[in-house]
Amino acid sequence: MTISERFAAAFITGERWKLYISGLGITLEIALFAGILGIIIGTVAALMKLSTTEDGKPTILNYIASVYVDVIRGTPSVLQLLIMWFIVMASSNNGILVASLSFGINSGAYVSEIVRGGILAVDKGQMEAGRSLGLSKAKTMRYIVLPQAMKNVIPPLGNEFITLVKETAIVGYVSLSDLTRVANQIASRTYDAFMPLIGAAVIYFIVIKILTILLGKLERRMRRSDLR
Amino acid sequence: MISVKNLTKDYTKADGNHIRVIEGLNYEIEKGEKIVIVGPSGSGKRTFLRCLNLLERPTAGQIFFDGEEITAKGTDINKVRQRMGMVFQNFNLFNNLTVMQNLTLAPVKLKVMNEKEAREKATELLKRVNLLDKADVYPASLSGGQKQRIAIVRSLCMNPEMMLFDEPTSALDPEMVGEVLDVMKQLAEDGMTMVVVTHEMGFAREVATKVLFMDEGILLEENTPEEFFEHPKTKRLQDFLSKVL
Ligand SMILES: Nc1ncnc2c1ncn2[C@@H]1O[C@H](COP(=O)(O)OP(=O)(O)OP(=O)(O)O)[C@@H](O)[C@H]1O
Ligand SMILES: [Mg+2]
Repeated sequence: MTISERFAAAFITGERWKLYISGLGITLEIALFAGILGIIIGTVAALMKLSTTEDGKPTILNYIASVYVDVIRGTPSVLQLLIMWFIVMASSNNGILVASLSFGINSGAYVSEIVRGGILAVDKGQMEAGRSLGLSKAKTMRYIVLPQAMKNVIPPLGNEFITLVKETAIVGYVSLSDLTRVANQIASRTYDAFMPLIGAAVIYFIVIKILTILLGKLERRMRRSDLR
Repeated sequence: MISVKNLTKDYTKADGNHIRVIEGLNYEIEKGEKIVIVGPSGSGKRTFLRCLNLLERPTAGQIFFDGEEITAKGTDINKVRQRMGMVFQNFNLFNNLTVMQNLTLAPVKLKVMNEKEAREKATELLKRVNLLDKADVYPASLSGGQKQRIAIVRSLCMNPEMMLFDEPTSALDPEMVGEVLDVMKQLAEDGMTMVVVTHEMGFAREVATKVLFMDEGILLEENTPEEFFEHPKTKRLQDFLSKVL
């Protein structure tokens, strides 16, 4: 077979290119839902981890958040996905939902560390100034500390999302036809691994590149608004 | 107005050991007084000041504010702090808010005033410190002296009954110290009750009703400015004054 015949078999015959596109769609859909969920869970977990009583003692919330982060970081994400699919949500056959939840919960653990770091990087004096005026800890957090922490966390959160896009490549384990699985299926159907696998790799690479450039733009814009 | 009884503060160090920073301190502050606290570095001045609004929790002892024990369990510390402003060495203006927002946030969120009243109050105070033209800028674009004057005004927006100052001029370039001290003197003349930790001996002499000398966690000497500076009683204070004057 010539190169162009192999290319045609991998991408054109039977409109196979459409399969890659729908695969990419599934990849991005899961990454997006999981990303949003991860930010919500991660922020809550970060606030839990930072919560203390008025006299600075840790609370039960600290402990719960720490266990969550530890368990997620201490187990493979493939296994988390399988556990979600076959055990926790065994009654659901909505693969996208299950995968989004699983990755969202997974990502939340990493996001919580990012958000915690972002909050801790805000000068302690900001919280003290708020408290000295009589504002509660929650109000000072909401109006003063979190908005400033946002600036610190947007770049690493962007990176976390980019990682997430690549990590979803394991959802084939729960029968979802994402970009990786589509390429793999076409490879076995055409008896030619090279074209579909390299093709999928190129698509991932381009998507990640675009995301990286957008993130860089966003960061530069934020830095400029710092100089106001 | 403030009554401090047997105040003791220990810090726990990273290695788990405790260090005593304030030891059995007793003091009474009357309404309208201007108390200036001086002493060598590490003597516990700042810690004492921060205990007064419970930014530091005393290890032992009691603090009364207008007869109410604020160190008691169950005191609403946020309510107490609304009546007690604090100015920090590093200004601590809210970086994400404009000057006007810095001033109006607390009074509005704590429902002491509505938005309109708060803006009026802030405008009037900004005029008094000649910074009305800075109302809509962010703190990052202000000089140190401007930041500190705004920080004082931010506290005043809450209509506090007393003000705590933690080395308010220590982080300033020398040429900006004067403008901040002038605002503080004005405040003193207006009758504000003030507690000031500072290394500005001139300010202590001119403004203080009482000067306190802290040394190694102990309130060692206390007197009117004239007596304090002209006739120091303890050897420690004499040594200290000979170094700083
Ligand atoms: N959070 C803390 N944890 C542990 N030790 C502390 C803490 N804050 C202060 N200290 C220690 O307590 C002692 C008193 O500190 P404090 O800041 O009250 O002194 P100060 O009189 O204000 O000194 P300076 O003039 O240098 O500011 C110092 O030895 C300091 O190292
Ligand atoms: Mg100090």
